[in-house]
Amino acid sequence: MIAFYFIALLTLASALLVVLHRNPIYSALGLVNTLFLIAVSFVMLDAELIAMLQVIVYAGAIVILFLFVIMLLNVESEVRSARISKIGTAGLAFVLLFAVELAVFALVRDPSGAQELPAGFGSTELLAETLFSKGMLSFELTSLLLLVAVVGAVVMARRKVES
Amino acid sequence: MNVPVENYLVLAALIFAIGCAGVLTRRNFIVILMSVELMLNAVNLTFVALSRQLVSMDGQMIVFFVMTVAAAEVAVGLAIFLAIYSQRRTVNADEISLLRW
Repeated sequence: MIAFYFIALLTLASALLVVLHRNPIYSALGLVNTLFLIAVSFVMLDAELIAMLQVIVYAGAIVILFLFVIMLLNVESEVRSARISKIGTAGLAFVLLFAVELAVFALVRDPSGAQELPAGFGSTELLAETLFSKGMLSFELTSLLLLVAVVGAVVMARRKVES
Repeated sequence: MNVPVENYLVLAALIFAIGCAGVLTRRNFIVILMSVELMLNAVNLTFVALSRQLVSMDGQMIVFFVMTVAAAEVAVGLAIFLAIYSQRRTVNADEISLLRW
């Protein structure tokens, strides 16, 4: 329980760092930290494979992509505007309300107690079995999505060279 | 390890709210994309927590798909960003008003 609170506090702190820091590099590093800590939460929730994927895909690929673009464009720190726009204020109020509502909803829910986990829960075998039976169609569609994303990314990035 | 599932749900709700606030208040396009990643991760955490609570692998399967979609989204988003930057020399989302009238 203490471990959970420790991890949760660190996660929230680094998530705030992502959102609040002016320099995008620090935001990216905060994002790595957040993703790693969420991976730790996944391990605590008996989802070892998902935790591994989280580290490899998110921290290993996505954040590197972010850092690469930041380095490539030499993005400077953002100048904080003194006033937040009207829509930003309304948005923040909405977010606050939303967070409270979600938290209350999660707490009010009748706690039914954790059930006994079958052996190998969260293992690669069980996930693969689910993936290739229930999620077969989605899995195939995912490959299509990735193909479209690759083609789209190449097309968008090539336009830069031509101009 | 008997942390109630509610704790994880609250943690995920807070991370989601932080990401949502980032999308709404930040002006830097890259940071907006990062905040979207935070929101996606919060949802992933919810899925995994409920997957354990309900003793079903379905939640973890959906997390697998969410990760794929997130990776594709970042790749395309950053490519669009590169194209915009080469034309307009700005990272400010407010100045990108090409489709606005």
